[in-house]
Amino acid sequence: MYEARDVLKLRDGVATLDATDLRILQALQENARQTYTAIGKRLGVAHSTVYDRIKKMEHHGVVRKYVALVDAEKAGGKSITAMITVYTDPKVIEKVAEKLCEAAEVLEVYTSLSEELQIMAKVVAETQERLHEFISDSLAPLPGVLRVRTSIVTKKFKEEQFSMADPSGANAYKRTTEYK
Amino acid sequence: MNLRIMSRSLRIVPREKAFYFFTSIGNYTGASALSLKEFMEKISEVNVKSLEFHLYRGDFEKWVNDVLQDGELAADIRRLQKLNLVGEALRNQLFLTVSRRLRRLAT
Repeated sequence: MYEARDVLKLRDGVATLDATDLRILQALQENARQTYTAIGKRLGVAHSTVYDRIKKMEHHGVVRKYVALVDAEKAGGKSITAMITVYTDPKVIEKVAEKLCEAAEVLEVYTSLSEELQIMAKVVAETQERLHEFISDSLAPLPGVLRVRTSIVTKKFKEEQFSMADPSGANAYKRTTEYK
Repeated sequence: MNLRIMSRSLRIVPREKAFYFFTSIGNYTGASALSLKEFMEKISEVNVKSLEFHLYRGDFEKWVNDVLQDGELAADIRRLQKLNLVGEALRNQLFLTVSRRLRRLAT
């Protein structure tokens, strides 16, 4: 049975990620299916160290889950992607955002601090007509929705998850990330 | 005028059954109508692109027929589609069609 307290480094009751943790995270983000041994070999540490570190980060929610990145179009599924901006009454912005999160068509939801309070969301649908139906039947009727702007994506240039790798290299592995 | 038709056509519908005006796919203007009277008012206010978008997709006809259950007005609107009107000419004709129906229902 894994015991997180056995490997935690604590500072004032808060655990910290060290350089090895960050390098393990980076390796997992590149390929989460590689073995503990492969990661250990690459980083120059024992596979048991990799195992313990990963279990620690899973336990504390630093690593939330392992998922497959599916290309919806190649999988023959939803083929229209749209970015929508929803302008709302400021009093209900959170409620509208939460409601949007419940819809299967909605992949991402953000609120913005721009001049005019708004919600941004990434939506997928099988066709333009289905996209329109979703906005017309499920989004527009929500109380407090003032208007909606929709941009249909025509070409995807990049889509990545947040990476622990520092593109500049300047701060690579020097950060200390705190988590509870 | 049949009272049942009159009360169905003139009623206020719930939010989820309202007509929502868009200018194109997914672009909601913020205008909506919960009744035929409000529908007529919005026709004279909304961006004319919205009227063109909905008329030629058959959205007005469908809402009037399915939600208000007013087959006669739905048929009048369908006939408007065939005139290929755009811009303010379309707005005026649509407004006339709906206001005429409202007057008939009210008498």
